[in-house]
Amino acid sequence: MISSRIIREDILKMIHRAGSGHPGGSLSLVEVLIHLYWKEMRIDPSNPNWEDRDRLILSKGHGAPALYSILARRGFFPPASLDSLRKFGSDLQGHPHMQSLPGLDCSTGSLGQGLGIAAGLALGLSLKKSDARVFCILGDGELQEGSIWESAMSIPNLEQKNIVAVIDRNRVQLDDSVKNIMPVEPLAEKWRAFGWTVANCNGHDSQEIERAFATPTDRPLVIIADTIKGKGVSFMEDLALWHGKAPDRDQLHEALKELK
Amino acid sequence: MKATRVGYVEGLLDAGERDSRVIVIDGDVSRSTGTVAFQDRFPGRFFNLGIAEQNMAEYSAGLALAGFIPFYSTYAVFATGRAWDQIRTSICNMNLNVRIGGAHSGTSVGPDGATHQALEDIAVTRVLPNMTVLVPADSNQTRQAVLSSLEIDGPVYIRYGRNPVPQIYERNTPVVPGRGRLLREGKHASIIAAGAMVSIALQAAEMLKKQGISVSVADMISIKPLDTELILHMAKTSEVIVTAEDHQVTGGLYGAVVEFLAEHSPHRVIPVGVNNRFGCSGTPEEVLKHCGLTAEIISGCVEKALKKW
Repeated sequence: MISSRIIREDILKMIHRAGSGHPGGSLSLVEVLIHLYWKEMRIDPSNPNWEDRDRLILSKGHGAPALYSILARRGFFPPASLDSLRKFGSDLQGHPHMQSLPGLDCSTGSLGQGLGIAAGLALGLSLKKSDARVFCILGDGELQEGSIWESAMSIPNLEQKNIVAVIDRNRVQLDDSVKNIMPVEPLAEKWRAFGWTVANCNGHDSQEIERAFATPTDRPLVIIADTIKGKGVSFMEDLALWHGKAPDRDQLHEALKELK
Repeated sequence: MKATRVGYVEGLLDAGERDSRVIVIDGDVSRSTGTVAFQDRFPGRFFNLGIAEQNMAEYSAGLALAGFIPFYSTYAVFATGRAWDQIRTSICNMNLNVRIGGAHSGTSVGPDGATHQALEDIAVTRVLPNMTVLVPADSNQTRQAVLSSLEIDGPVYIRYGRNPVPQIYERNTPVVPGRGRLLREGKHASIIAAGAMVSIALQAAEMLKKQGISVSVADMISIKPLDTELILHMAKTSEVIVTAEDHQVTGGLYGAVVEFLAEHSPHRVIPVGVNNRFGCSGTPEEVLKHCGLTAEIISGCVEKALKKW
């Protein structure tokens, strides 16, 4: 297992160098992604196109810096590439671009589409008699997109079981808190009513995360991970202001000091 | 006379037989589009996802990521318009092998009225990188368009219609992306048509012949990639070019032809198509007439242009 501090340092440095990006919703994802890539998923970084690998679709594509750091630290590509985030000619676009970067299973960025793609991919894997699973990470603000609920309806109705959705419930979106913009709660009740098994966890506690993923179920599983937007950097935490803003040099210095 | 939607389903059945990667997805219109026949033949490879076009496009993207060739179809207006961002970002951006069937396109869905008449679908698909756009003119050609799409690397939009149109092609006349067909060669003027307007353009050519005017007629089934060689040939051999389409003239066939000619062989081109308006209820013939999409209008455009020049 890698330390979450390394991933958070990567995220902050990358976004600082790029001069733009989304630190808040990247920092909230760290522990869930570490669990997935170091414990949960069946993957082989030396064979990123392995047919029977588990897949991950980051539907909230603006969390790309977290995923890039994870993929690099897991060995899909050299960590030195992280310096090129959002730069011209880089394989690390502002939002995940599958065609250019090994380890990415899907390009994402327009919110609301990842769950349906994950569902199609999971359906395809079942038709091929593969036992691979598909994981999809959603933001809680993203659940305001109607297309999410189309997929939330079809996945249990098609009895798809090789799919796990994770909601990164950091409760903050670009403009303000989710509660103030357009509340999406009560989430557990909604997903249960659509036919999902719902598990909850503290999205920054690796043991709780592991337990949530191990929830026994014969239905599709959605994990509501309670997280903190900007987790680990006190002046970013819970603030919509840090949804899409790069730290300047002093702020980066301050943040890195805090992480130590 | 046979509807192009029949050819689409015949193509799906043959494609399904030939290639086990073919999956068909419908959005609660399978009895109207006819894809229910695919469900009967290949029940394990058919999915009806209900009235949820965005989800259909997303499932198709995912199935293509898993190595399948999904064909999703519903009324053209919803297939392309309701799911456009999915088509753009999740299908074209990843250059996935998704085929989109735009059923009941243009004015062919007459009585249903303006809401159901897709008159903008060519424009919104043609603009997307990686997309191939095929607009077949009869049922045989539609079947062949479906089969030819199996060989295309990347997304394909196939536009077809609801009501019967005259048969122009033999069953086995192949469709080649990037290639149109010169159906008739004349020396005074050229008509470039697509879809349901091809047979109407041929009628116009007959009417003009009676007046001693000989016109070429080309079927531009492949709107993207465009058959630029054929267009150049027509520009070189005739002073008057008329386009004919069951679609808005902006962004459709007319748009494609003039964009190309403006750069490579400046030429005056006269559009016959829907001009910045919505359709209305009526029989397909009545709506075609209302929108100015008749053989008389096409022949009139040719005559007028020849007189003026």
